Amino acid sequence: MVGSGMGATNRSYSLWRQQQRLAPYLFVSPFVILFSVFGVYPICKSLYLAFHTTNGPRSVIFTGLNNFNFLLSDPDFYIAVRNTAAFAFFSVFLQLPLSLALALVLNSTWLKGRNIFRFVFFSPNLVGQVFGGFLAGVVFVPRYGLVSRFLHMLIGMNLDTKWLADQHYVMAALVLTSLWMYVGYNCIYFLAALQSVDRELLEAASVDGANAWQQFLHITIPAIKPVAAIVVIMSTIGSFQLFELPYTMLNATSGPNKSGLTIVMYLYQRGFDIGDLGYASAIGWTLALIVFSVSLVQMRISKAVRGNG
Amino acid sequence: MDSSKRNAGNRTSIREYTPEKSILDSLWRPGSYIVLGLFSILTLTPLLWLACAAFKNAVDMYTYTFLPYGDSHPTVQNFIDLFVKKNFGRYLLNSFFLTCTGTSISLILSSLGGFALGKYEFKGKKALTVLMLATMMLPFSVLLAPTYELLCHLGLMNSYAGILIPGAVGAFGILLFRQAMLNVPDDLLEAARLDGCSELRIYWEIVMPVVRPMSGAFCLMSFMGSWNSFLMPMIVLQSDHLFTVPIALSQTIGLTGDNQSGLMMAGTLLGVLPPAVLFFLLQKEFIAGLTAGAVKG
Repeated sequence: MVGSGMGATNRSYSLWRQQQRLAPYLFVSPFVILFSVFGVYPICKSLYLAFHTTNGPRSVIFTGLNNFNFLLSDPDFYIAVRNTAAFAFFSVFLQLPLSLALALVLNSTWLKGRNIFRFVFFSPNLVGQVFGGFLAGVVFVPRYGLVSRFLHMLIGMNLDTKWLADQHYVMAALVLTSLWMYVGYNCIYFLAALQSVDRELLEAASVDGANAWQQFLHITIPAIKPVAAIVVIMSTIGSFQLFELPYTMLNATSGPNKSGLTIVMYLYQRGFDIGDLGYASAIGWTLALIVFSVSLVQMRISKAVRGNG
Repeated sequence: MDSSKRNAGNRTSIREYTPEKSILDSLWRPGSYIVLGLFSILTLTPLLWLACAAFKNAVDMYTYTFLPYGDSHPTVQNFIDLFVKKNFGRYLLNSFFLTCTGTSISLILSSLGGFALGKYEFKGKKALTVLMLATMMLPFSVLLAPTYELLCHLGLMNSYAGILIPGAVGAFGILLFRQAMLNVPDDLLEAARLDGCSELRIYWEIVMPVVRPMSGAFCLMSFMGSWNSFLMPMIVLQSDHLFTVPIALSQTIGLTGDNQSGLMMAGTLLGVLPPAVLFFLLQKEFIAGLTAGAVKG
């Protein structure tokens, strides 16, 4: 038995057992307390608030489904959903394929300097969305911004293109910035998955006469599918919660004609600029519902594809 | 390393047997380097441009894309203005204080909780784990309004406690540590108990050193998370003297100034440096933690 060989007296022995029995509760209690107060309670309160109209934190009136009814006929909310969904679409169908392609190139056995490339590709992620947004806010300035200069030099694009003041260009600026920030980041996940693909299997297939494309389709893709599914879902969830990047890029506004308005930004405006915490909560739960449904569909698809593969 | 070399050797030997070698094959290697090189340039150019823009005066901003060329006049005026006119030192200090305090608190609480979850049996453990996983699925923004209301009632608005206390423990961190603790051998803990080691000492002197790589990754992630944190500080902090670097750049510095772009870029450069330096120091741990979270979490 534990402690029996210590020659302790009964009293100190029982104390000893006591601290062993209580230890896990003591260790986990700070977390449990904070988690209850600032995790579980706000979630319940948020559900409660979603069915109330508030004016600041102190005036709360029960209004039933009013918030949700209003939300469904709120044109600004639709703009926010459209912008956010468009951003998520580009994240999944433009950014992730680029990440995978880059990871495939990086995964070549003969490649020298893989770690340097990997570090370089990861570096924009260190900048983060907030500072990335500040940077983008100046990079996209007409005339002297880097993007204006670069595209003028490359394809003769008008130097005066008002990326951030013209509603047709704001989404493009957002997508370009997020490509810069996340292609390399997601590439690291894909690379990690690719490095676990059984090379012997690829060699065997190659000996059997499978070309590179067939090897990719029948060996690599099935092997990286679990990680790929996680990356797709995380990337979608992240995209739907887009806030800092457009907010800092557009100088704390929602852009011309609300072209940079996202769901979380709308939640912030309604909740904290206007002070309707109930409406903000309703927006939050609707966002949760959207994210949840989209992830569910993606999981279904990835399972179905796996079943065929 | 060894196995990849062997495989590379294998591959060339297979190549020799292959009768026709298409043009595509001979272009593949140089093509790869070109693609990677181009992408590296695209990735690094904005950062280089940022570093240059921070040292430009208003005229150079319009005239030169990069510095130093031709008649350009690189200057540190932007930085002087930031610190003298805009009180930037204070914001930096605030950011450092909040980030370091927050990271230390959440390192200790998350690892303690993760230790309990990973290495002990206790009542309610299953329920707690399920509850944590469930809350992780919810977008953070669901919590914004009620947290704001709660902080108002607790009198924690416009104070650092209002940021530090709610942010002290995240479900993600505690699950990360739980995973690391599961890999600590039970025999090690039993041996320590036989030697009369108390549970708290086991945590501090045995378990924490063993999970050190995970702690490093966690600290780095937590540091970058709170250094870049924006939404909560913006809601909680109202007085200028409490602002962190991102909030100050967004709320005050971004709105006024003669060479506003230069000022913003100087502030952004200073804001980006601390996480970058830390990353250089801890990058091995970080990549390990990143992929561990991806596969297991």
